[in-house]
Amino acid sequence: MPVDKVVQLSQTKPLHGEIPVYGQYTFGVAGERFFREIKDNGRIMGARCERCNLTYVPPRIYCERCFSELKEWLAVGGRGIVHTYTVAYFDLEGARLPEPVIVAMVQFDGVYGGLVHRLGEVRPEEAKIGMPVEVVFKDKAERVGSINDIAYFKPC
Amino acid sequence: MSEKVKEWPGTALKEDDITEKRVLSTEWHPNLKYAWDTGIGYGRYFAELKKGRIIGTRCNKCRRVLLPARVFCEWCFRTVDEWVYLEDTGTVNTFSIAYTDWVANRIEEPQIPALIEIDGSGGVAIMHLIGEVDPWKVKIGMRVKAVWKPEGEREGAITDIKYWKPVDE
Amino acid sequence: MRKVAIVGAGMTKFVRRSLETGKELSWQAAKMALDSCQLTLDDVDCVVMGTAPDAFDMIHMKAEYLSDGAGAWRKPYMRGFVGGGTGVFVADQGWYHVASGLFDTCLVVAEEKMSCCLPHPQGAFITCWDQFTESPLGTSLLWFFAWEMNRYMNAHGITEREIALVAVKNKKNAMNHPCAQLAAEITVDDVLNSEIMAWPVKRLDVSPTSDGAVAIVLAAEHVAKRISDKPVWIEGVGWCLDTMYIGQRDLYYPRYVEYAARMAYNMAGIKEPSKEINIAEPYDPFDYKELHHMEGLLLCGKGEAARLTADGVTQRTGNLPTCPSGGALGVGNAIAATGLMKVAELFWQLRGEAGKRQVPGKPKKGVAQAWGDEMQVGTVIVLGV
Repeated sequence: MPVDKVVQLSQTKPLHGEIPVYGQYTFGVAGERFFREIKDNGRIMGARCERCNLTYVPPRIYCERCFSELKEWLAVGGRGIVHTYTVAYFDLEGARLPEPVIVAMVQFDGVYGGLVHRLGEVRPEEAKIGMPVEVVFKDKAERVGSINDIAYFKPC
Repeated sequence: MSEKVKEWPGTALKEDDITEKRVLSTEWHPNLKYAWDTGIGYGRYFAELKKGRIIGTRCNKCRRVLLPARVFCEWCFRTVDEWVYLEDTGTVNTFSIAYTDWVANRIEEPQIPALIEIDGSGGVAIMHLIGEVDPWKVKIGMRVKAVWKPEGEREGAITDIKYWKPVDE
Repeated sequence: MRKVAIVGAGMTKFVRRSLETGKELSWQAAKMALDSCQLTLDDVDCVVMGTAPDAFDMIHMKAEYLSDGAGAWRKPYMRGFVGGGTGVFVADQGWYHVASGLFDTCLVVAEEKMSCCLPHPQGAFITCWDQFTESPLGTSLLWFFAWEMNRYMNAHGITEREIALVAVKNKKNAMNHPCAQLAAEITVDDVLNSEIMAWPVKRLDVSPTSDGAVAIVLAAEHVAKRISDKPVWIEGVGWCLDTMYIGQRDLYYPRYVEYAARMAYNMAGIKEPSKEINIAEPYDPFDYKELHHMEGLLLCGKGEAARLTADGVTQRTGNLPTCPSGGALGVGNAIAATGLMKVAELFWQLRGEAGKRQVPGKPKKGVAQAWGDEMQVGTVIVLGV
């Protein structure tokens, strides 16, 4: 039987499909406590490793350096420094955001680690590396136990 | 081990710990959509399915048919030698009667997925569904024939064949 | 190549959904493994992590995410991933890290937290199938196992009743495992009457999805002899992949397991596995798979595994105890971690430390095997004292 040739490129086309799964994450032993402190008490906690002289934020149940179990927790206060930041103009799917969003890595004094969060009450051109900032929590009634219970960090 | 360790780590959550909010959680609903390029081999395979034909390729060195059609032989790592049309009849190599779907939900009408050895290929099987038969009468070795969608409804996809039904021979 | 031994092991409970994150599970298992041989993180030269698809935890680059919990902070780190075959594969990978002379110690961790993937972890497997020629048919992972079980039964004339004996044995064995998820005393009729999921697979033929982690510590000979009273030597490793074109393999026999097993047996100098192996821990996500894999591991002839089970040969007190741990069917199937659970089981058994699960008679050689990927990878390890 004679074999046909494919002569038109339009006869070949991509196959469209999707993987319709979603993720539901629980926060773990340390995370559960970290977020409950944010939700119920409006404070950021860290976990302390005396041996390595480190305070971890976000807190963990183990020290990544010496592997010991971390049991001592302490409040790290709401003031930090902008270690670095970016100004985002597009969302995850490439659409333009209505307003630019400043996303920063905020570090706290004496703490190993830090939090990624938005900067607020400041214009993009005013943001600076090294800028001191402090946390602004949402009202307690609005807090659900999420990183978004923190509205943003503002300059102080 | 067993004698010395008293407490094993790991804490089980109960089904409703999350829904009852005894434990905090967060969700992420990603938009995982894809456009996969079919490539040369599959591109032709689907173009032929649209025309109501099943095509494979042949490697003359390994003396075998590659199905679905592909452009290189993974055994000897050469490009294949020719395209070859196959029949739309075959033999059931194995099958299942499925009462659960892809996310483990129960379905009432069972599906009958099967591996069907395509005539003309020398025993190479492709996956498809069996229909128009009582599921409990399907047997390994049963002869089947493809039931195609009408020409106007075919899109160039594996679903251009609706299912395979038993034939008497 | 240098001799390598397992000198410590640890694991978490296997549960349907754990409170702990994947990182915390990894740390719990890894810490326990290090404590069991009194080593610290400073003594660990490198870390190998086994964890199956990112899609289960719904975290991209999952191994990097887990790295701190696995003790890999600022250490050479490598991930192995071959689906369910991972658990034994990472032990093989850890072996070559040390055997090559590059490192003296290696911490091997295997973790799975599949409960995060909704609506069901099975959904993450859709693209396990060919996205062009198979997924559009509405594929479910179970179909694959059902086909294999059907073909296996057909090839050898084995019945569902004979296969159900494996589920009964393993779930009962698991009652002595402190970390087991689904240990129970069930009967063959319980299995046969359980809900048909995809014939011939029924609910009690299948192992559960689980969260859990396991870790082992490997050491080169000169280190092992110093720190361990009874090192368990890795005598052979093997791995082999077949094709993902399902239509090209005959599903009644896992040839890729045989090739991996031969590689491991050759290294270990084993000529007659059925006589020389004292304990077997083949991968058993389904009851028929234990039989399928026993044959692939050359522990018996093709089609003979069912008879050995019926004759009691594979019980703990039999001549070839198989899955004395309780296997995936009884302990749980935390995909990547299950294979390493089996390796840890052999470690404890060969040292006489398995407590109520202990196989009598001072066993000397064991083989563990795992399977996965698009159901065509065989990974094998042979251990001996």
